[in-house]
Amino acid sequence: MGKRDRLSGNEAVAVAMRQINPDVVAAFPITPSTEVPQYFAAFANDGLVDTEFVPVESEHSAMSACIGAEAAGARTMTATSANGLAYMWEMLYIAASSRLPIVLAAVNRALSGPINIHNDHSDTMGARDSGWVQLYGETNQEAYDNFIMAVKIAEHPDVCLPVMDCYDGFITSHSVEVIELLDDQDVKNFVGEYKPKAYLNNPNGKVSMGPLDMPAYYFEHKRQQAEAMKNAKRVILEVSEEFYKLTGRKYGLFEEYKMEDAEVAIVLLNSTAGTAKAVVDELRSKGVKAGLIKIRVFRPFPVDEIVAALKGLKAVAVMDKADGFNGAGGPLFTDITSALYGKADVKVINYIYGLGGRDVRTDDIEVVYDELLKIAETGSVKSVYNYLGIKE
Amino acid sequence: MSKLYERPKSLCDVPMHYCPGCTHGIAHRLIAEVMDELGIEGETVGVAPVGCAVFAYDYFECDMQEAAHGRAPAVATGIKRVIPDRIVFTYQGDGDLAAIGTAETVHAAARGENITVIFINNAIYGMTGGQMAPTSLPGQFTQTSPYGRDVKKQGYPVRISEMLSTLDGPSYIERVSLDSVPNINNAKKAIKKAFQKQIDKKGFSLVEVLSTCPTNWGLSPVESMKWLKDNMIPYYPLGVFKDVD
Repeated sequence: MGKRDRLSGNEAVAVAMRQINPDVVAAFPITPSTEVPQYFAAFANDGLVDTEFVPVESEHSAMSACIGAEAAGARTMTATSANGLAYMWEMLYIAASSRLPIVLAAVNRALSGPINIHNDHSDTMGARDSGWVQLYGETNQEAYDNFIMAVKIAEHPDVCLPVMDCYDGFITSHSVEVIELLDDQDVKNFVGEYKPKAYLNNPNGKVSMGPLDMPAYYFEHKRQQAEAMKNAKRVILEVSEEFYKLTGRKYGLFEEYKMEDAEVAIVLLNSTAGTAKAVVDELRSKGVKAGLIKIRVFRPFPVDEIVAALKGLKAVAVMDKADGFNGAGGPLFTDITSALYGKADVKVINYIYGLGGRDVRTDDIEVVYDELLKIAETGSVKSVYNYLGIKE
Repeated sequence: MSKLYERPKSLCDVPMHYCPGCTHGIAHRLIAEVMDELGIEGETVGVAPVGCAVFAYDYFECDMQEAAHGRAPAVATGIKRVIPDRIVFTYQGDGDLAAIGTAETVHAAARGENITVIFINNAIYGMTGGQMAPTSLPGQFTQTSPYGRDVKKQGYPVRISEMLSTLDGPSYIERVSLDSVPNINNAKKAIKKAFQKQIDKKGFSLVEVLSTCPTNWGLSPVESMKWLKDNMIPYYPLGVFKDVD
């Protein structure tokens, strides 16, 4: 049996890291992810883990060191936010294409500029095409659980891709909640021993990692990478099922909240789901058939499952905590509408919200459901690409 | 009655956000006094860092550009190349200049960019809450070296002034300290000289300013001044490392 403890999101993830006992953690501090490597440094200094902890001089070097460590056959982790993730950019792609199962706690924070330390999703949304699996979590419990599952998903032989455990800066990272921790031994058994197939100085065969790949084979290697991302969907579900058997906590590709008979629904990511669930409950008490979908797995994107979940709804609002700057809508919105194209005729609108940490209250979410109910009633959409809670 | 002491005109009349006892305020004031004395406030552009001094643009009356973490000397290079007759300075801490921005610092110095860099070295990452910096001293207690920096595991501190003085690009490099009145007076002379080098088009100038961080060192402001004097100055000796015309 696990034990219950009061932990911040960052502390919970650091505890998960301690329980996993990785071979290498290389990190550089950046608000609001700093606490993860900081708590972990204390565990390392107290001899609670066997990890090589490397406080490098930048995030570019943090991800480079992670790549080197993974290439040498070590289970490797790090944490970052916003510009730290942006500074890792070059290395994110190299980690993914080298098929190195690094796990990263990505504590969502608005990306500069303008410079801002508060939460939105512009950092990880920018990395959505980097080849990393992206898991998103609403609560401290989900951040902790996803981090443990991330190791097993990343290292699965059919995947071999790096994984980001994304959770909201300050709202999740710094708020303290009571969560249920697994026993240390259960975590160790769950993640198992890391046995990479190929690594540097492997007695079973020589290998060069990350060599020049010219037109003769580059394309085939990218095709394999794409296939690994497709495989990840199945593996995520398998790992989540195994986790459910261990903990009783059930995770899918997304969470459907009161969707059974819903006529209108919001789709979003991370902590705002908690606020939106309160509004759904309120609307349900008035007989309004409102529902909510909270995406957990954004990469790979669960296209077929999303279509099945949204098919038949009268109106859907996709809420993006990052703008797309494409003149058309946010990144989650464009993925959802492209998934629906030709498969379901659903009226979908988009709200950009909460940029740079702008607070989102139940009143704001009510505005969105009100608009959806109007669309459901009239069948006409006034505006597709909208901003919620903005001063203008 | 004559006025003996007043706020420099180049320093904004606003409360600073720095922690009590932090020496950023002194360093800001010295730069502002120098700008006043050289009469350059209207023709100076400052480049603010990421770190505790991220709000530097709120405190100087000159135009300011915010740079991403560590990028200030590269951004300053671009500004100076466009307006070479103006004065361009960066204000950076050790996390910004000596960690994530080491490459930019070294290469701006190597190119001999005619800019002035004010380098605040307090041997710790301040804004993120007291983690070990490349400049943290051997044995220094930080959040990521809770039993003291172990040089076998975490390496040795970086002496930026000595390192840069091996390059041919810089015209002037001096390390100063803010731990005492004589040293503060000397720091001002160094900062003024660094700006003068730029005015005279002599090339890259840098003043490393040994500073305190009472909050993250876990010491009172007075104890911090003593800690700086007793621990930092022996490891980071004060003096002029480069001065060429």
